[in-house]
Amino acid sequence: MASKPRSSEIGERLLGAFLRAGAAEVTPDILQPAETLLDLYGEDIRARAYVTSDPLRGEMMLRPDFTVPVVEAHMAGGAEPARYCYMGEVFRRQDHRGAARANEYLQAGYEVFDREDPEAADAEVFALFARLLAHLRLTSTIGDIGILRAAVEGIDTIAPRKAALARHIWRPRRFHGLLQRYAGITPVPGGRAALLSAGAPEGAPWIGLRSPEEMAARIAVLRADAAAAPIPTEVVAQLDALFALSCPAEEAPARLSALGIAALPPAIARLERRLAAMAARGIDTSALRFEASHGRTTMEYYDGFVFTFTAADPALPPVASGGRYDALTRFLGQGREIPAVGGVIRPGLVADLEAQA
Amino acid sequence: MSAIKLGVPSKGRLMEKTFDWFAERGIRLRRTGSEREYAGAVDGVEKVELVLLSAGEIPRELAAGRIHLGVTGSDLVRDKLADWPTLVEELAPMGFGHADLIIAVPACWADVDTLEDLDAAAHAFRAAHGHRLRIATKYHRLVREFLTREGIADWQLVDSQGATEGTVKNLTAEAIADITSSGETLRANHLKILSDGLIHSSQATLFASRMADWAGLEAPRAALIAQLGV
Repeated sequence: MASKPRSSEIGERLLGAFLRAGAAEVTPDILQPAETLLDLYGEDIRARAYVTSDPLRGEMMLRPDFTVPVVEAHMAGGAEPARYCYMGEVFRRQDHRGAARANEYLQAGYEVFDREDPEAADAEVFALFARLLAHLRLTSTIGDIGILRAAVEGIDTIAPRKAALARHIWRPRRFHGLLQRYAGITPVPGGRAALLSAGAPEGAPWIGLRSPEEMAARIAVLRADAAAAPIPTEVVAQLDALFALSCPAEEAPARLSALGIAALPPAIARLERRLAAMAARGIDTSALRFEASHGRTTMEYYDGFVFTFTAADPALPPVASGGRYDALTRFLGQGREIPAVGGVIRPGLVADLEAQA
Repeated sequence: MSAIKLGVPSKGRLMEKTFDWFAERGIRLRRTGSEREYAGAVDGVEKVELVLLSAGEIPRELAAGRIHLGVTGSDLVRDKLADWPTLVEELAPMGFGHADLIIAVPACWADVDTLEDLDAAAHAFRAAHGHRLRIATKYHRLVREFLTREGIADWQLVDSQGATEGTVKNLTAEAIADITSSGETLRANHLKILSDGLIHSSQATLFASRMADWAGLEAPRAALIAQLGV
Protein backbone atom coordinates (compact mmCIF):
# COMPACT_ATOMS: atom_id res chain seq x y z
CA MET A 1 0.00 0.00 0.00
CA ALA A 2 1.24 3.46 -0.92
CA SER A 3 2.02 5.90 1.86
CA LYS A 4 -0.49 8.64 2.61
CA PRO A 5 1.85 11.49 1.57
CA ARG A 6 2.51 9.74 -1.77
CA SER A 7 -1.23 9.17 -2.36
CA SER A 8 -1.99 12.80 -1.48
CA GLU A 9 0.73 13.99 -3.84
CA ILE A 10 -0.84 12.03 -6.70
CA GLY A 11 -4.29 13.25 -5.66
CA GLU A 12 -3.05 16.85 -5.86
CA ARG A 13 -1.54 16.14 -9.29
CA LEU A 14 -4.90 14.79 -10.53
CA LEU A 15 -6.77 17.69 -8.97
CA GLY A 16 -4.41 20.10 -10.73
CA ALA A 17 -5.17 18.43 -14.06
CA PHE A 18 -8.93 18.71 -13.38
CA LEU A 19 -8.55 22.41 -12.54
CA ARG A 20 -6.61 22.97 -15.78
CA ALA A 21 -9.44 21.19 -17.63
CA GLY A 22 -11.70 24.00 -16.44
CA ALA A 23 -13.30 22.57 -13.28
CA ALA A 24 -13.96 24.55 -10.11
CA GLU A 25 -12.86 22.84 -6.89
CA VAL A 26 -15.52 21.95 -4.33
CA THR A 27 -14.84 20.74 -0.78
CA PRO A 28 -17.93 19.02 0.66
CA ASP A 29 -18.05 18.26 4.39
CA ILE A 30 -16.91 14.85 5.58
CA LEU A 31 -19.99 14.59 7.80
CA GLN A 32 -23.03 14.30 5.55
CA PRO A 33 -26.71 14.08 6.65
CA ALA A 34 -27.62 10.39 6.59
CA GLU A 35 -31.21 10.94 5.54
CA THR A 36 -30.52 11.92 1.91
CA LEU A 37 -28.12 9.04 1.40
CA LEU A 38 -30.46 6.53 3.04
CA ASP A 39 -33.40 7.76 1.02
CA LEU A 40 -31.36 7.40 -2.14
CA TYR A 41 -29.58 4.10 -1.57
CA GLY A 42 -31.59 2.37 1.15
CA GLU A 43 -30.04 -0.23 3.37
CA ASP A 44 -27.15 -0.82 0.96
CA ILE A 45 -25.56 2.40 2.11
CA ARG A 46 -26.13 1.61 5.80
CA ALA A 47 -24.08 -1.54 5.29
CA ARG A 48 -21.33 0.36 3.51
CA ALA A 49 -21.11 3.74 5.23
CA TYR A 50 -20.18 4.71 8.76
CA VAL A 51 -23.24 6.07 10.49
CA THR A 52 -22.84 8.33 13.48
CA SER A 53 -25.08 10.77 15.24
CA ASP A 54 -25.00 14.36 16.28
CA PRO A 55 -27.19 15.67 19.12
CA LEU A 56 -28.42 18.58 16.99
CA ARG A 57 -28.10 17.40 13.38
CA GLY A 58 -29.30 13.83 13.93
CA GLU A 59 -28.00 10.83 12.05
CA MET A 60 -24.88 11.61 10.00
CA MET A 61 -22.63 9.59 7.71
CA LEU A 62 -18.93 9.81 7.04
CA ARG A 63 -18.89 10.80 3.34
CA PRO A 64 -19.14 7.52 1.36
CA ASP A 65 -18.78 9.39 -1.95
CA PHE A 66 -18.64 12.92 -3.33
CA THR A 67 -21.27 12.69 -6.03
CA VAL A 68 -24.30 13.35 -3.83
CA PRO A 69 -22.95 16.49 -2.08
CA VAL A 70 -21.59 17.82 -5.40
CA VAL A 71 -24.98 17.36 -7.09
CA GLU A 72 -26.76 18.92 -4.11
CA ALA A 73 -24.46 21.94 -4.18
CA HIS A 74 -24.98 22.36 -7.91
CA MET A 75 -28.76 21.98 -7.73
CA ALA A 76 -28.87 24.55 -4.93
CA GLY A 77 -27.68 27.27 -7.25
CA GLY A 78 -24.80 26.41 -9.55
CA ALA A 79 -24.51 28.21 -12.90
CA GLU A 80 -24.70 26.20 -16.12
CA PRO A 81 -22.82 24.59 -17.65
CA ALA A 82 -20.57 23.65 -14.75
CA ARG A 83 -17.48 21.53 -14.17
CA TYR A 84 -16.48 20.55 -10.64
CA CYS A 85 -13.52 18.72 -9.18
CA TYR A 86 -12.61 17.52 -5.70
CA MET A 87 -10.08 15.44 -3.83
CA GLY A 88 -10.40 13.94 -0.40
CA GLU A 89 -11.15 10.90 1.73
CA VAL A 90 -14.19 8.68 1.41
CA PHE A 91 -15.08 6.12 4.06
CA ARG A 92 -16.47 2.63 3.48
CA ARG A 93 -17.36 -0.07 5.97
CA GLN A 94 -16.04 -3.44 4.86
CA ASP A 95 -17.81 -6.66 5.80
CA HIS A 96 -15.05 -8.85 4.45
CA ARG A 97 -11.32 -8.91 5.05
CA GLY A 98 -8.78 -8.31 2.30
CA ALA A 99 -5.95 -5.96 1.42
CA ALA A 100 -7.96 -4.39 -1.40
CA ARG A 101 -10.86 -3.49 0.90
CA ALA A 102 -9.82 -0.15 2.30
CA ASN A 103 -11.93 1.57 4.97
CA GLU A 104 -10.78 5.03 3.99
CA TYR A 105 -9.10 6.18 0.82
CA LEU A 106 -8.70 9.21 -1.39
CA GLN A 107 -10.86 9.98 -4.38
CA ALA A 108 -10.08 12.61 -6.99
CA GLY A 109 -13.12 13.38 -9.12
CA TYR A 110 -14.34 15.42 -12.05
CA GLU A 111 -18.03 16.08 -12.79
CA VAL A 112 -19.65 17.83 -15.77
CA PHE A 113 -23.16 19.34 -15.68
CA ASP A 114 -24.03 20.27 -19.25
CA ARG A 115 -27.31 19.95 -21.14
CA GLU A 116 -25.96 20.90 -24.59
CA ASP A 117 -24.29 17.72 -25.80
CA PRO A 118 -24.33 14.77 -23.37
CA GLU A 119 -22.28 12.46 -25.60
CA ALA A 120 -19.54 15.09 -25.94
CA ALA A 121 -19.51 15.47 -22.13
CA ASP A 122 -19.24 11.66 -21.74
CA ALA A 123 -16.27 11.66 -24.12
CA GLU A 124 -14.67 14.64 -22.36
CA VAL A 125 -14.66 12.89 -18.96
CA PHE A 126 -13.50 9.56 -20.37
CA ALA A 127 -10.72 11.07 -22.50
CA LEU A 128 -9.46 13.19 -19.59
CA PHE A 129 -9.25 10.09 -17.36
CA ALA A 130 -7.65 8.04 -20.16
CA ARG A 131 -4.97 10.70 -20.63
CA LEU A 132 -4.21 10.96 -16.89
CA LEU A 133 -3.99 7.16 -16.52
CA ALA A 134 -2.32 6.34 -19.86
CA HIS A 135 1.07 5.54 -18.28
CA LEU A 136 -0.49 2.72 -16.20
CA ARG A 137 -1.72 0.78 -19.27
CA LEU A 138 -5.06 -0.12 -17.64
CA THR A 139 -7.93 -2.01 -19.22
CA SER A 140 -10.85 0.28 -19.92
CA THR A 141 -14.39 -0.98 -20.25
CA ILE A 142 -17.51 0.98 -21.15
CA GLY A 143 -21.20 0.23 -21.02
CA ASP A 144 -24.47 2.07 -21.39
CA ILE A 145 -27.36 1.59 -18.98
CA GLY A 146 -29.39 3.80 -21.37
CA ILE A 147 -29.35 1.00 -23.96
CA LEU A 148 -30.72 -1.47 -21.40
CA ARG A 149 -33.41 1.00 -20.35
CA ALA A 150 -34.39 1.57 -23.98
CA ALA A 151 -34.63 -2.18 -24.59
CA VAL A 152 -36.92 -2.62 -21.57
CA GLU A 153 -39.06 0.38 -22.52
CA GLY A 154 -39.46 -1.06 -26.01
CA ILE A 155 -40.84 -4.45 -24.94
CA ASP A 156 -44.33 -4.93 -26.36
CA THR A 157 -46.14 -5.60 -23.09
CA ILE A 158 -48.19 -3.80 -20.42
CA ALA A 159 -46.67 -0.75 -18.70
CA PRO A 160 -46.52 -2.17 -15.12
CA ARG A 161 -44.32 -5.05 -16.33
CA LYS A 162 -41.94 -2.62 -18.04
CA ALA A 163 -41.84 -0.42 -14.94
CA ALA A 164 -41.04 -3.43 -12.74
CA LEU A 165 -38.24 -4.56 -15.08
CA ALA A 166 -36.82 -1.03 -15.39
CA ARG A 167 -36.78 -0.72 -11.61
CA HIS A 168 -34.68 -3.88 -11.31
CA ILE A 169 -32.10 -3.31 -14.06
CA TRP A 170 -29.54 -2.89 -11.25
CA ARG A 171 -30.62 -6.13 -9.54
CA PRO A 172 -29.97 -8.77 -12.23
CA ARG A 173 -31.31 -11.71 -10.22
CA ARG A 174 -34.73 -10.14 -9.67
CA PHE A 175 -34.78 -8.66 -13.19
CA HIS A 176 -34.27 -12.02 -14.90
CA GLY A 177 -36.66 -13.73 -12.48
CA LEU A 178 -39.40 -11.26 -13.40
CA LEU A 179 -38.64 -11.58 -17.11
CA GLN A 180 -39.02 -15.36 -16.89
CA ARG A 181 -42.30 -14.91 -15.03
CA TYR A 182 -43.70 -12.43 -17.57
CA ALA A 183 -42.72 -14.78 -20.38
CA GLY A 184 -44.61 -17.62 -18.70
CA ILE A 185 -41.36 -19.62 -18.40
CA THR A 186 -41.68 -19.79 -14.60
CA PRO A 187 -45.21 -20.61 -13.50
CA VAL A 188 -47.32 -18.28 -11.38
CA PRO A 189 -47.07 -19.27 -7.67
CA GLY A 190 -50.00 -21.39 -6.50
CA GLY A 191 -51.19 -18.89 -3.93
CA ARG A 192 -51.58 -16.19 -6.55
CA ALA A 193 -53.75 -18.31 -8.83
CA ALA A 194 -56.07 -19.05 -5.89
CA LEU A 195 -56.18 -15.37 -4.93
CA LEU A 196 -57.14 -14.29 -8.44
CA SER A 197 -59.85 -16.90 -8.84
CA ALA A 198 -61.38 -16.69 -5.36
CA GLY A 199 -60.47 -13.17 -4.19
CA ALA A 200 -58.99 -12.25 -0.84
CA PRO A 201 -60.09 -14.62 1.93
CA GLU A 202 -61.85 -13.20 4.97
CA GLY A 203 -60.61 -13.97 8.44
CA ALA A 204 -57.39 -12.29 9.46
CA PRO A 205 -57.97 -8.92 11.13
CA TRP A 206 -56.46 -5.94 9.32
CA ILE A 207 -53.26 -4.72 10.98
CA GLY A 208 -50.50 -2.35 9.97
CA LEU A 209 -50.06 0.84 7.99
CA ARG A 210 -50.61 -0.66 4.54
CA SER A 211 -54.29 -0.20 3.76
CA PRO A 212 -56.91 -2.57 2.28
CA GLU A 213 -57.10 -0.15 -0.69
CA GLU A 214 -53.39 -0.68 -1.37
CA MET A 215 -53.96 -4.44 -1.38
CA ALA A 216 -56.94 -4.04 -3.71
CA ALA A 217 -54.84 -1.93 -6.06
CA ARG A 218 -52.15 -4.59 -6.19
CA ILE A 219 -54.69 -7.35 -6.79
CA ALA A 220 -55.99 -5.30 -9.73
CA VAL A 221 -52.43 -5.09 -11.07
CA LEU A 222 -52.06 -8.86 -10.68
CA ARG A 223 -55.35 -9.45 -12.53
CA ALA A 224 -54.23 -7.22 -15.40
CA ASP A 225 -50.93 -9.08 -15.45
CA ALA A 226 -52.66 -12.46 -15.55
CA ALA A 227 -54.81 -11.26 -18.47
CA ALA A 228 -51.86 -9.91 -20.48
CA ALA A 229 -50.16 -12.01 -23.14
CA PRO A 230 -46.83 -13.49 -22.12
CA ILE A 231 -43.70 -11.74 -23.39
CA PRO A 232 -42.65 -13.91 -26.37
CA THR A 233 -39.67 -16.18 -25.70
CA GLU A 234 -37.91 -14.67 -28.76
CA VAL A 235 -37.98 -11.30 -26.97
CA VAL A 236 -36.53 -12.90 -23.82
CA ALA A 237 -33.77 -14.42 -25.97
CA GLN A 238 -33.05 -11.02 -27.56
CA LEU A 239 -32.80 -9.39 -24.14
CA ASP A 240 -30.59 -12.21 -22.80
CA ALA A 241 -28.30 -11.75 -25.83
CA LEU A 242 -28.23 -8.00 -25.22
CA PHE A 243 -27.32 -8.32 -21.54
CA ALA A 244 -24.58 -10.83 -22.40
CA LEU A 245 -23.03 -8.72 -25.20
CA SER A 246 -19.30 -8.10 -24.75
CA CYS A 247 -17.15 -6.95 -27.66
CA PRO A 248 -14.62 -4.32 -28.75
CA ALA A 249 -16.33 -0.94 -28.46
CA GLU A 250 -15.95 -0.07 -32.13
CA GLU A 251 -17.99 -3.17 -33.05
CA ALA A 252 -20.71 -2.50 -30.46
CA PRO A 253 -23.13 -0.44 -32.62
CA ALA A 254 -23.22 -3.10 -35.35
CA ARG A 255 -23.49 -5.95 -32.85
CA LEU A 256 -26.33 -4.18 -31.03
CA SER A 257 -28.16 -3.49 -34.31
CA ALA A 258 -27.81 -7.15 -35.27
CA LEU A 259 -29.85 -8.16 -32.21
CA GLY A 260 -32.90 -6.88 -34.05
CA ILE A 261 -34.45 -5.07 -31.06
CA ALA A 262 -36.80 -2.52 -32.61
CA ALA A 263 -36.51 0.09 -29.84
CA LEU A 264 -32.73 0.30 -29.82
CA PRO A 265 -31.74 2.48 -32.83
CA PRO A 266 -31.98 5.88 -31.01
CA ALA A 267 -29.86 4.55 -28.13
CA ILE A 268 -27.40 2.99 -30.59
CA ALA A 269 -27.16 6.35 -32.38
CA ARG A 270 -26.20 7.97 -29.06
CA LEU A 271 -23.53 5.30 -28.52
CA GLU A 272 -22.18 5.99 -32.03
CA ARG A 273 -22.04 9.73 -31.36
CA ARG A 274 -20.23 9.06 -28.08
CA LEU A 275 -17.71 6.72 -29.74
CA ALA A 276 -17.10 9.29 -32.50
CA ALA A 277 -16.57 12.01 -29.87
CA MET A 278 -14.14 9.72 -28.03
CA ALA A 279 -12.23 8.95 -31.25
CA ALA A 280 -12.06 12.68 -32.00
CA ARG A 281 -10.35 13.07 -28.62
CA GLY A 282 -7.75 10.48 -29.54
CA ILE A 283 -9.28 7.36 -27.92
CA ASP A 284 -8.63 4.10 -29.78
CA THR A 285 -12.10 2.54 -29.61
CA SER A 286 -10.83 -0.76 -31.00
CA ALA A 287 -8.78 -1.23 -27.82
CA LEU A 288 -11.77 -0.45 -25.60
CA ARG A 289 -14.18 -3.13 -24.33
CA PHE A 290 -17.93 -2.66 -24.49
CA GLU A 291 -19.98 -4.72 -22.04
CA ALA A 292 -23.73 -4.24 -22.17
CA SER A 293 -24.18 -5.22 -18.49
CA HIS A 294 -21.29 -3.05 -17.26
CA GLY A 295 -22.37 -1.06 -14.21
CA ARG A 296 -25.48 -3.12 -13.50
CA THR A 297 -24.34 -4.35 -10.12
CA THR A 298 -22.76 -1.14 -8.87
CA MET A 299 -24.45 2.02 -7.65
CA GLU A 300 -27.99 2.36 -8.88
CA TYR A 301 -27.63 6.02 -9.83
CA TYR A 302 -25.77 5.44 -13.11
CA ASP A 303 -28.40 5.46 -15.84
CA GLY A 304 -26.45 6.03 -19.07
CA PHE A 305 -22.79 5.83 -20.08
CA VAL A 306 -20.60 3.93 -17.56
CA PHE A 307 -16.88 3.23 -17.56
CA THR A 308 -14.09 1.69 -15.49
CA PHE A 309 -10.31 1.57 -15.70
CA THR A 310 -8.95 -1.60 -14.11
CA ALA A 311 -5.47 -2.97 -13.41
CA ALA A 312 -4.37 -6.47 -14.41
CA ASP A 313 -4.66 -7.80 -10.83
CA PRO A 314 -8.29 -8.99 -10.54
CA ALA A 315 -8.20 -8.60 -6.73
CA LEU A 316 -7.87 -4.82 -7.07
CA PRO A 317 -10.94 -2.61 -7.28
CA PRO A 318 -11.18 -0.33 -10.35
CA VAL A 319 -8.53 2.42 -10.39
CA ALA A 320 -11.13 4.76 -11.85
CA SER A 321 -14.85 4.57 -12.53
CA GLY A 322 -17.70 6.82 -13.46
CA GLY A 323 -20.75 7.40 -15.53
CA ARG A 324 -23.83 9.41 -16.29
CA TYR A 325 -26.41 10.04 -13.55
CA ASP A 326 -29.16 12.23 -15.00
CA ALA A 327 -31.84 10.66 -12.77
CA LEU A 328 -29.86 11.46 -9.62
CA THR A 329 -29.99 15.18 -10.43
CA ARG A 330 -33.77 14.82 -10.86
CA PHE A 331 -34.04 13.05 -7.49
CA LEU A 332 -31.95 15.63 -5.64
CA GLY A 333 -33.12 18.62 -7.69
CA GLN A 334 -36.66 18.85 -6.29
CA GLY A 335 -38.29 19.46 -9.62
CA ARG A 336 -35.21 20.49 -11.56
CA GLU A 337 -32.76 18.31 -13.39
CA ILE A 338 -29.65 18.52 -15.51
CA PRO A 339 -27.72 15.90 -17.48
CA ALA A 340 -24.58 15.06 -15.52
CA VAL A 341 -21.56 12.81 -15.99
CA GLY A 342 -18.44 12.31 -13.94
CA GLY A 343 -16.04 9.92 -12.35
CA VAL A 344 -13.40 9.33 -9.72
CA ILE A 345 -9.80 8.14 -9.69
CA ARG A 346 -8.27 6.51 -6.61
CA PRO A 347 -4.87 8.16 -6.07
CA GLY A 348 -3.79 5.41 -3.65
CA LEU A 349 -4.16 2.74 -6.34
CA VAL A 350 -2.37 4.96 -8.88
CA ALA A 351 0.49 5.29 -6.38
CA ASP A 352 0.65 1.49 -5.91
CA LEU A 353 0.76 0.87 -9.64
CA GLU A 354 3.36 3.58 -10.24
CA ALA A 355 5.53 2.02 -7.53
CA GLN A 356 5.33 -1.37 -9.26
CA ALA A 357 6.20 0.01 -12.70
CA MET B 1 -0.79 -25.13 32.35
CA SER B 2 -2.82 -24.02 29.37
CA ALA B 3 -6.07 -25.74 28.47
CA ILE B 4 -8.75 -25.60 25.77
CA LYS B 5 -11.42 -23.18 26.92
CA LEU B 6 -14.90 -24.42 26.02
CA GLY B 7 -17.62 -21.76 26.15
CA VAL B 8 -21.10 -23.08 26.96
CA PRO B 9 -24.40 -21.22 27.56
CA SER B 10 -24.64 -20.55 31.26
CA LYS B 11 -28.29 -21.37 31.89
CA GLY B 12 -31.54 -22.86 30.75
CA ARG B 13 -32.42 -25.53 28.23
CA LEU B 14 -29.53 -24.65 25.97
CA MET B 15 -27.08 -25.42 28.80
CA GLU B 16 -28.84 -28.67 29.74
CA LYS B 17 -29.02 -29.88 26.13
CA THR B 18 -25.34 -29.01 25.64
CA PHE B 19 -24.41 -30.98 28.77
CA ASP B 20 -26.49 -33.92 27.45
CA TRP B 21 -24.84 -33.76 24.02
CA PHE B 22 -21.35 -33.93 25.54
CA ALA B 23 -22.44 -36.63 28.02
CA GLU B 24 -23.66 -38.84 25.15
CA ARG B 25 -20.07 -38.63 23.86
CA GLY B 26 -18.49 -39.57 27.17
CA ILE B 27 -17.62 -36.08 28.36
CA ARG B 28 -19.22 -34.85 31.54
CA LEU B 29 -19.70 -31.11 31.86
CA ARG B 30 -20.99 -29.87 35.18
CA ARG B 31 -21.44 -26.74 37.14
CA THR B 32 -19.52 -26.51 40.37
CA GLY B 33 -19.91 -24.50 43.54
CA SER B 34 -23.22 -23.00 44.55
CA GLU B 35 -26.23 -22.98 42.24
CA ARG B 36 -25.67 -19.29 41.47
CA GLU B 37 -21.94 -19.51 40.81
CA TYR B 38 -20.86 -19.59 37.13
CA ALA B 39 -18.09 -22.15 37.53
CA GLY B 40 -17.77 -25.52 35.86
CA ALA B 41 -15.69 -28.63 35.42
CA VAL B 42 -15.03 -31.16 32.67
CA ASP B 43 -14.56 -34.90 33.24
CA GLY B 44 -13.66 -37.53 30.69
CA VAL B 45 -11.14 -35.62 28.60
CA GLU B 46 -7.82 -33.96 29.34
CA LYS B 47 -7.00 -30.27 29.26
CA VAL B 48 -10.45 -28.88 28.62
CA GLU B 49 -11.79 -26.11 30.82
CA LEU B 50 -15.44 -25.09 31.00
CA VAL B 51 -16.37 -21.40 30.66
CA LEU B 52 -20.03 -20.54 31.30
CA LEU B 53 -21.20 -17.55 29.26
CA SER B 54 -24.34 -15.93 27.93
CA ALA B 55 -25.13 -17.62 24.58
CA GLY B 56 -25.25 -14.20 22.92
CA GLU B 57 -21.68 -13.41 23.97
CA ILE B 58 -20.14 -16.66 22.75
CA PRO B 59 -19.73 -15.48 19.09
CA ARG B 60 -17.83 -12.40 20.26
CA GLU B 61 -15.60 -14.42 22.63
CA LEU B 62 -14.79 -16.90 19.83
CA ALA B 63 -13.97 -14.05 17.43
CA ALA B 64 -11.69 -12.45 20.02
CA GLY B 65 -9.96 -15.80 20.62
CA ARG B 66 -10.67 -15.66 24.37
CA ILE B 67 -12.28 -19.11 24.15
CA HIS B 68 -11.14 -21.96 21.86
CA LEU B 69 -14.47 -23.72 21.44
CA GLY B 70 -17.99 -22.50 21.93
CA VAL B 71 -21.60 -23.66 21.70
CA THR B 72 -24.06 -21.14 20.31
CA GLY B 73 -26.77 -20.73 17.68
CA SER B 74 -25.58 -20.76 14.06
CA ASP B 75 -27.78 -17.67 13.51
CA LEU B 76 -25.92 -15.67 16.16
CA VAL B 77 -22.51 -16.41 14.63
CA ARG B 78 -23.71 -15.41 11.16
CA ASP B 79 -25.39 -12.25 12.35
CA LYS B 80 -22.90 -10.95 14.89
CA LEU B 81 -19.62 -11.74 13.11
CA ALA B 82 -18.67 -10.03 9.85
CA ASP B 83 -16.94 -12.52 7.54
CA TRP B 84 -17.60 -15.28 10.12
CA PRO B 85 -15.92 -18.14 8.20
CA THR B 86 -12.56 -16.39 8.61
CA LEU B 87 -13.06 -16.18 12.39
CA VAL B 88 -14.63 -19.49 13.39
CA GLU B 89 -14.94 -23.02 12.06
CA GLU B 90 -18.22 -24.91 12.29
CA LEU B 91 -17.29 -28.24 13.94
CA ALA B 92 -20.67 -29.89 14.48
CA PRO B 93 -24.35 -29.07 14.31
CA MET B 94 -25.72 -30.43 17.60
CA GLY B 95 -29.30 -31.27 16.67
CA PHE B 96 -31.15 -29.06 19.17
CA GLY B 97 -32.05 -25.42 19.63
CA HIS B 98 -33.73 -25.41 16.23
CA ALA B 99 -35.19 -22.08 15.12
CA ASP B 100 -35.81 -20.51 11.74
CA LEU B 101 -35.11 -16.91 10.90
CA ILE B 102 -38.00 -15.95 8.64
CA ILE B 103 -39.75 -12.97 7.09
CA ALA B 104 -43.37 -12.52 8.12
CA VAL B 105 -46.04 -10.08 6.94
CA PRO B 106 -49.59 -9.37 8.13
CA ALA B 107 -51.82 -12.42 7.53
CA CYS B 108 -54.40 -10.02 6.05
CA TRP B 109 -52.10 -9.27 3.09
CA ALA B 110 -53.74 -11.80 0.76
CA ASP B 111 -51.68 -10.52 -2.18
CA VAL B 112 -48.31 -11.14 -0.55
CA ASP B 113 -47.06 -14.72 -0.33
CA THR B 114 -43.54 -14.58 -1.84
CA LEU B 115 -40.51 -12.28 -1.89
CA GLU B 116 -41.56 -11.19 -5.38
CA ASP B 117 -44.88 -10.03 -3.89
CA LEU B 118 -43.11 -8.32 -0.99
CA ASP B 119 -40.88 -6.41 -3.44
CA ALA B 120 -43.87 -5.23 -5.50
CA ALA B 121 -45.82 -4.26 -2.37
CA ALA B 122 -42.78 -2.39 -1.00
CA HIS B 123 -42.50 -0.37 -4.19
CA ALA B 124 -46.18 0.67 -4.12
CA PHE B 125 -45.97 1.28 -0.36
CA ARG B 126 -43.05 3.67 -0.74
CA ALA B 127 -44.89 5.62 -3.44
CA ALA B 128 -48.02 5.84 -1.26
CA HIS B 129 -46.42 6.57 2.12
CA GLY B 130 -43.21 8.41 1.23
CA HIS B 131 -40.94 6.01 3.07
CA ARG B 132 -39.62 2.54 2.50
CA LEU B 133 -41.42 -0.53 3.77
CA ARG B 134 -40.06 -1.11 7.29
CA ILE B 135 -38.93 -4.54 8.44
CA ALA B 136 -38.41 -4.90 12.20
CA THR B 137 -35.61 -7.22 13.29
CA LYS B 138 -32.61 -7.67 15.51
CA TYR B 139 -30.80 -9.78 12.89
CA HIS B 140 -29.59 -6.86 10.80
CA ARG B 141 -26.72 -8.47 8.93
CA LEU B 142 -28.51 -11.72 8.02
CA VAL B 143 -31.67 -9.95 6.88
CA ARG B 144 -29.85 -7.28 4.91
CA GLU B 145 -27.62 -9.80 3.14
CA PHE B 146 -30.61 -12.02 2.34
CA LEU B 147 -32.79 -9.25 0.88
CA THR B 148 -29.88 -7.79 -1.08
CA ARG B 149 -29.00 -11.22 -2.51
CA GLU B 150 -32.63 -11.76 -3.48
CA GLY B 151 -32.77 -8.38 -5.24
CA ILE B 152 -35.56 -6.86 -3.14
CA ALA B 153 -35.84 -3.03 -3.15
CA ASP B 154 -37.63 -0.25 -1.28
CA TRP B 155 -37.30 -1.71 2.23
CA GLN B 156 -35.51 -0.54 5.34
CA LEU B 157 -34.66 -2.21 8.61
CA VAL B 158 -35.88 -0.90 11.94
CA ASP B 159 -34.22 -2.24 15.05
CA SER B 160 -36.35 -4.35 17.37
CA GLN B 161 -34.68 -6.12 20.26
CA GLY B 162 -37.84 -7.78 21.58
CA ALA B 163 -41.61 -8.21 21.11
CA THR B 164 -40.88 -7.88 17.40
CA GLU B 165 -44.16 -9.58 16.46
CA GLY B 166 -46.02 -6.61 17.94
CA THR B 167 -44.36 -3.95 15.79
CA VAL B 168 -46.76 -4.27 12.85
CA LYS B 169 -49.86 -3.76 14.97
CA ASN B 170 -48.10 -0.87 16.71
CA LEU B 171 -47.41 0.73 13.31
CA THR B 172 -43.65 0.87 13.79
CA ALA B 173 -43.02 -1.67 11.00
CA GLU B 174 -44.87 -3.25 8.07
CA ALA B 175 -43.16 -6.65 8.25
CA ILE B 176 -40.79 -8.50 10.56
CA ALA B 177 -37.79 -10.81 10.35
CA ASP B 178 -37.48 -12.94 13.45
CA ILE B 179 -36.73 -16.36 14.88
CA THR B 180 -39.61 -18.79 15.14
CA SER B 181 -39.82 -22.44 16.07
CA SER B 182 -43.51 -23.31 16.18
CA GLY B 183 -45.02 -20.18 14.61
CA GLU B 184 -47.46 -19.78 17.54
CA THR B 185 -46.44 -16.22 18.40
CA LEU B 186 -46.64 -15.18 14.76
CA ARG B 187 -50.18 -16.53 14.41
CA ALA B 188 -51.24 -14.92 17.68
CA ASN B 189 -50.04 -11.58 16.28
CA HIS B 190 -51.85 -12.06 12.95
CA LEU B 191 -48.67 -12.57 10.93
CA LYS B 192 -47.81 -15.17 8.28
CA ILE B 193 -44.47 -16.42 6.97
CA LEU B 194 -43.57 -15.76 3.32
CA SER B 195 -43.41 -19.07 1.46
CA ASP B 196 -39.84 -18.34 0.29
CA GLY B 197 -38.93 -16.18 3.28
CA LEU B 198 -36.65 -18.60 5.14
CA ILE B 199 -33.40 -16.72 5.77
CA HIS B 200 -31.56 -19.24 7.91
CA SER B 201 -32.33 -22.52 9.69
CA SER B 202 -30.50 -22.20 12.96
CA GLN B 203 -29.47 -24.81 15.50
CA ALA B 204 -27.03 -25.06 18.39
CA THR B 205 -23.59 -25.63 16.89
CA LEU B 206 -20.11 -26.36 18.22
CA PHE B 207 -17.67 -23.79 16.81
CA ALA B 208 -13.87 -23.62 17.00
CA SER B 209 -12.17 -20.24 17.07
CA ARG B 210 -9.61 -19.53 14.34
CA MET B 211 -8.38 -16.56 16.37
CA ALA B 212 -7.53 -18.36 19.63
CA ASP B 213 -4.00 -19.43 20.49
CA TRP B 214 -3.95 -23.19 19.88
CA ALA B 215 -0.17 -23.50 20.37
CA GLY B 216 0.58 -26.53 22.53
CA LEU B 217 -3.09 -27.59 22.44
CA GLU B 218 -2.99 -29.60 19.20
CA ALA B 219 -2.93 -32.97 20.99
CA PRO B 220 -5.79 -32.19 23.42
CA ARG B 221 -7.79 -30.80 20.48
CA ALA B 222 -7.25 -33.96 18.44
CA ALA B 223 -8.19 -36.12 21.44
CA LEU B 224 -11.35 -34.09 22.10
CA ILE B 225 -12.41 -34.17 18.45
CA ALA B 226 -11.85 -37.93 18.32
CA GLN B 227 -13.88 -38.42 21.50
CA LEU B 228 -16.72 -36.28 20.15
CA GLY B 229 -16.60 -38.00 16.77
CA VAL B 230 -17.02 -34.70 14.87
